[in-house]
Amino acid sequence: MMGSSYSASSTGQTDILRFMLAGSVDDGKSTLIGRLLHDTGAVYEDHLDSLRRRAAQLGQAGPDLSLLTDGLRAEREQGITIDVAYRYFATPKRRFIVADAPGHEQYTRNMATAASTADVAVVLIDATRGVLTQSKRHAFIASLLGVPHQIVAVNKMDLVGYAEEVFERIRAEYLTFADRLECRHFTFVPVSALAGDNVVKPGVKMPWYSGPTLLSCLEQLDRGGLRDCLGLVDLRLPVQYVLRPSADFRGYAGTLASGIIRTGDEVLVLPGGRRTRVRRLIHDRRDVQYAFAPQAIAVCLEDEIDVGRGDMIVHPANLPWLAEELELIVVWMHEQPLRPGCEYLIKQTTNLVHARPSQIHYEIDPDTLRRRPAESLGLNAIGRMTCQLMRPLLCDEYSRNRQTGAVIFVDPIGNFTVGAGVIIDRSHRYRRPADEEPADLAPKSTPDRLGLRDRVGLDTPPQRLALLRQRACTIWLTGLSGAGKSTLASALEERLLAGGYSCVILDGDRLRSTLNRDLGFSPADRKENIRRTAGLARLFNEAGVTAIVALISPYREDRQLARQAIGCERFVEVYVDAPLDVCEARDPKGLYRRARAGDLPQFTGVSAPYEPPERPDVRIPTAEMPPDAALERLWAVLDKRGALLEHS
Amino acid sequence: MGAPESYHLTHLEQLEAESIHIIREVAAEFERPVMLYSVGKDSSVMARLAQKAFYPAPLPFPLLHVDTGLKFPEMYEFRDRFCGEVGANLVVYQAPEVADPAVNPWDLGTVRCCALLKTRALLDALRAGGYDAALGGARREEERSRAKERVYSFRDARGQWDPKRQRPELWNLYNGRLVRGEHMRVFPLSNWTELDIWLYVEREAIPVVPLYFARPRPVVVRDGQMIPVYEHTRLHAGEDLRELMCRCRTLGCYTCTGVIPSTAATVPDIVAEMRTARRSERITRIIDHDQDGSMEQKKREGYF
Repeated sequence: MMGSSYSASSTGQTDILRFMLAGSVDDGKSTLIGRLLHDTGAVYEDHLDSLRRRAAQLGQAGPDLSLLTDGLRAEREQGITIDVAYRYFATPKRRFIVADAPGHEQYTRNMATAASTADVAVVLIDATRGVLTQSKRHAFIASLLGVPHQIVAVNKMDLVGYAEEVFERIRAEYLTFADRLECRHFTFVPVSALAGDNVVKPGVKMPWYSGPTLLSCLEQLDRGGLRDCLGLVDLRLPVQYVLRPSADFRGYAGTLASGIIRTGDEVLVLPGGRRTRVRRLIHDRRDVQYAFAPQAIAVCLEDEIDVGRGDMIVHPANLPWLAEELELIVVWMHEQPLRPGCEYLIKQTTNLVHARPSQIHYEIDPDTLRRRPAESLGLNAIGRMTCQLMRPLLCDEYSRNRQTGAVIFVDPIGNFTVGAGVIIDRSHRYRRPADEEPADLAPKSTPDRLGLRDRVGLDTPPQRLALLRQRACTIWLTGLSGAGKSTLASALEERLLAGGYSCVILDGDRLRSTLNRDLGFSPADRKENIRRTAGLARLFNEAGVTAIVALISPYREDRQLARQAIGCERFVEVYVDAPLDVCEARDPKGLYRRARAGDLPQFTGVSAPYEPPERPDVRIPTAEMPPDAALERLWAVLDKRGALLEHS
Repeated sequence: MGAPESYHLTHLEQLEAESIHIIREVAAEFERPVMLYSVGKDSSVMARLAQKAFYPAPLPFPLLHVDTGLKFPEMYEFRDRFCGEVGANLVVYQAPEVADPAVNPWDLGTVRCCALLKTRALLDALRAGGYDAALGGARREEERSRAKERVYSFRDARGQWDPKRQRPELWNLYNGRLVRGEHMRVFPLSNWTELDIWLYVEREAIPVVPLYFARPRPVVVRDGQMIPVYEHTRLHAGEDLRELMCRCRTLGCYTCTGVIPSTAATVPDIVAEMRTARRSERITRIIDHDQDGSMEQKKREGYF
């Protein structure tokens, strides 16, 4: 398929970073974009020529770079930009799509539009004016729309004598405000867009600043980090289009909103709830074994099921919400205000449903983050509301999934897009301030929930179950050093993550170098080692996270204590069994050799005892089976025990 | 467990996925979509993306070529072959004026000629076919006024584009709602650059019209443009033919499309040339230079 000349270097196997640029014309935003485009060589000579001609007409010395981004005639005449514009440039490291969000009228609406697809927000601040209310508004909207990083470009440093104090003061003020935002990643760069300092080229006038230029920040930003944490965990495939070229082929086409899907996977088709398996996966006009977000694929299923646009294919152990009512933070985008009782259409993934806001809880002042009561939301207002749906939607919390957690509002008569909303956690249902008493601020212990907690003892709090949608457990791998605990733990972790479970490995060696580094190998220290590890596992389980413990844990009594600490209903004891001579032959860390030489006292199997479990939940003889089979055996047991099943 | 899995998408794969999503969305949500086919490189790429979107099914919409009758001869040849290979249903529309010998850019001027044979013809073609959505290969990077164009570009019942009435576009949630008579222009290649197009042509071995490849061609220099000379090209007094190693960067009517001097004879050559290109691609379109802000004007009137 690929030509022979196609190589990594010639195409630059880069990715795309989408960033939004927030700021007003007064902050020098157009100049900054012009500077970025110009200094990265993205401006064509003929465009530059027309600017030079224009500068000559106006008697200016050089071309005004800010005009490079002025598209529409009306705007050029008024000297302002009124709509989101998209710009493109590339460096050898990366390609960039810039969403240029204007700072004047229709401001919040444009910001939200630009932020919806951005990986990072560049917030521009005029050093001569400091952090203005509008800067805070930028920070808030970017954070609300789930933009994971903010780069604050403190511009016009040339006008403040390139003074470090000015930069530091702005940074401190910004961070104080940003403390109240969801966004946690901030980078600050002092720049002069006009002079070109620290935009693309380092600025020589600021020796006190040793950080990267704005462009370097954008080039280095780890876009994959966030995506890998969440974007590949929950399988969400909204069906977009049904392919039926002939009687014997029926495929469901769609873009993976998140997650990984593999042939053979057991899947559920929602909202119907039929369970089946993936028979074929098609991507790029051929069959593939797996696919991942955000690829556009087609799926064929084992069973004949009635599947259509708007359905969602998911893994059975990791489900979205089926919501008949949504809690939303809404950005309103139309002159006609949003009012409870009015009817709208909501588009979410591939669904379009009728919806009726039942209540507006409050409006948020984006400049101060203060909440105030509101009867309606006007153009550019932001507020929280509850919305009734005429047909249920499959969705996730926006902070977890920027695809399945997002909605737009459409006016059913005029057809205009009148608003945008992000779905928030339904378990944090808002109560009117009047109803709120101090005691209510603590997590509410309703009789219903107390009953649940009493019944199952150490179960995960219901809110967390709702959040992570899995039943957390502790998989405790015990066995001799070199028996294969760590290998099995890693393989299991990979499988769990791929299946949409969130999990953590608590590895004995790693814990001993950190949390437990004060402990030795005496029976008492071993007991303490296990007590701490079990406590940690329990904490993770209570937070809804499955723990995989890889610990020699040689004493039956200690393992029994761990079982009790964690709760027997979610403790899975796995005996990773390999004969001592096999372990000793493997000796991956050279420990047996050192123990035999007398370097390591109290070494299990050599100079200290190992008490094999009498009734483990499963025994894995790693000397008798390949790692794949070992994992399969363990997985089957977990599955059978229901340790992994979705808590519905 | 097989080979280790990788979860990285290159920038082309990211663009591809986004475009396929848009094309499928159009097929799913509109009653009578059509894909505009201009025979150029962008059209070739868009058609390939559509093939991928619906594989193994055939394209669920026809390709529509609004033909001015003045396209390069190589383009007609290529068009018929390409559509056969893709297995697309090709619809060709010509304005009635195409048959009128007086309708040409030399006698009418480029602005009026374009208005009749392209802008109005496109609207008539859409109306004639009853199409409610037209997929087009325009890219935002192509021209400054396109930087603010939506992926879903709303056109009123008269086919007009009003920058103030465009709908906000968030995430990949496109609003395709229309009332009868209105239509949507949809641009699945919005986020592609010219270089991306060529990299993709290279990667996918997508056929393109040979006019894109450099070879010696007879040209005449007119208004700063180098216009390739064909049998019916009208030469003005004092104009001299000369042979130039050149190629087309964009394709249009042979009367109004210039060439650039180039030795890029293969797709990898073009990719290399593109990396050092210093001039925008629409520089060779005579119509774009007729008046300042002219593209915006044409768009308001319904030009693609």
